[in-house]
Amino acid sequence: MGEPLAIRLRGVVKRYGPITAVNGLDLDVPEATCVGLLGPNGAGKSTTMRLLTAQAIADEGELEVLGFRLPEESKQARAQCGVAPQLDNLDVTLTVEQNLRVFAHLYRIERSERHDAIERALAIANLVERRDTRVDKLSGGMRRRLLIARALVHRPRLLLLDEPTVGLDPQVRQELWALIDALRAEGTTILMSTHYIEEAQRLADTVLIMSHGRAVAAGPPAELVAEHAGRQAVEIYGPPAKLAEVERSAQDEGFRTRRTGTSISVLGVDGADGRAPEGERRPANLEDVFVLLTGEEID
Amino acid sequence: MSAAQRAARLGRLERPALTGVLVREVINYSSYWRSATFSSTVEPTIYLLAFGFGFGSLVSKIGGYDYVQFVGTGTVATAVLFSSAFPSMFGTFVKYQFQRTYDAILAAPVDTEELVTAEALWMAARAGVYGCVPLLVALAFGLDPAWGMLVVPLVAFVSGFGWSCFGIAVAGYAKSIENFSYIVSAVLTPLFLVAGTFFPLDRLPRGAQVLGEINPLHHCVQLVRDAAFGFDPWIDLARVGGLVFFGLVVWRIAIHAMTRKLVD
Repeated sequence: MGEPLAIRLRGVVKRYGPITAVNGLDLDVPEATCVGLLGPNGAGKSTTMRLLTAQAIADEGELEVLGFRLPEESKQARAQCGVAPQLDNLDVTLTVEQNLRVFAHLYRIERSERHDAIERALAIANLVERRDTRVDKLSGGMRRRLLIARALVHRPRLLLLDEPTVGLDPQVRQELWALIDALRAEGTTILMSTHYIEEAQRLADTVLIMSHGRAVAAGPPAELVAEHAGRQAVEIYGPPAKLAEVERSAQDEGFRTRRTGTSISVLGVDGADGRAPEGERRPANLEDVFVLLTGEEID
Repeated sequence: MSAAQRAARLGRLERPALTGVLVREVINYSSYWRSATFSSTVEPTIYLLAFGFGFGSLVSKIGGYDYVQFVGTGTVATAVLFSSAFPSMFGTFVKYQFQRTYDAILAAPVDTEELVTAEALWMAARAGVYGCVPLLVALAFGLDPAWGMLVVPLVAFVSGFGWSCFGIAVAGYAKSIENFSYIVSAVLTPLFLVAGTFFPLDRLPRGAQVLGEINPLHHCVQLVRDAAFGFDPWIDLARVGGLVFFGLVVWRIAIHAMTRKLVD
């Protein structure tokens, strides 16, 4: 018996007509950790998020969130979860504070605690000065901070973040990473879906890589890299014809390769000096693992 | 999990969930009450004045009442329809399709059943208030006050609940907002006209009379008229029963429609 699990999925299947969005997914999120759900568009990340709040009902499999069985006991689970969706669904004609007030009611915070809860959420979002500003007057980064703070107003045990930084400037993204990292440090359990590899690498204790609705690998980012891509890679640049030739000969030597668009990366070259092609050496990274496991072609 | 936790399992139609959704509506209302009040009160008042004085100059009395009074009591149902069915059709569609508000609410401990119920109760409360406006205008134009009129907000509320659920159901089943025109042209407009608001139904062809009898709007019209001019206890009780039945049936249909729409 390991540490208690905030989320436990076993063999979860979700079909939409002929499309199987989630196809036998197993997922463990231990309490007080941050798990990153990484995968290309269409891998089933958003469907998985909707399954966890019973806004989608699984066709097969077992789902448990905070010890509650889904979908039957989803309401109890939702009472202790916070959800920041990918698409902003704030009430745009209301002020920052009014948005938080509505969710303080929806999450059943006692009257005596409501004021403090709203103040705390304003502080988390760093929007104390903007409390009376209408949401449609906020910048994109502020709106996203408010969306996350809204999900935290009732001090949830589990936070679900669906693509928390999609479509934002790098500066704003870093600001949000700092916010998520602070929450993680406080011990909030977080499940975060993302297709930004850097985001998963920086924030997640464990990464689960999804492809075609199932988990293709899971583990701490560094272990995944070591296991699937080795320690070092060589990057070779050149015209397409040369790249194709390098790719073929490296594969003949038994190396794994991946294309990056402008170059070829030959992976797992540590301790293979004689056989490895000449090029720029670099440490292997999560992106190498991601492309190896989810495929180079876009469906 | 312990037995105590199982016992704490949350039930259906819980008050905190309904309150949460209602609080959202009330806070939102503070930002758009002017336009909502304008369209829900001015439009029926225009009907009242246009028909009351336009037609009233040709027809002075109907069924023993001054025509202005006949229409003034009848347009309460118009105000109810305009403040429930229409805003709930469009509002529901906008909230799930464009603002995705319902996704946010259903991620909280609120079920679709509670969401739909709270939204309908809110619209019904508005209809209960806005429905009284034509009656107040008619009073200003010489309708005699009567104690029975005190039940008009309640009649408007019960009617409004049904029509709000009707609007929510339409929005739930509609594939696009353009589909609403079929419902407005083929359902709402005929029911609005064959409700006995502007002319009595008893001289109409048999088919139209039958349509009137199954039209919940007609029973709302008749109840308001009887509230102003004198109740016919058994018949009016049956009409109340009809409105309650209509409300309950469309309430369940609305929940079914929205569950299909909101939960994959």
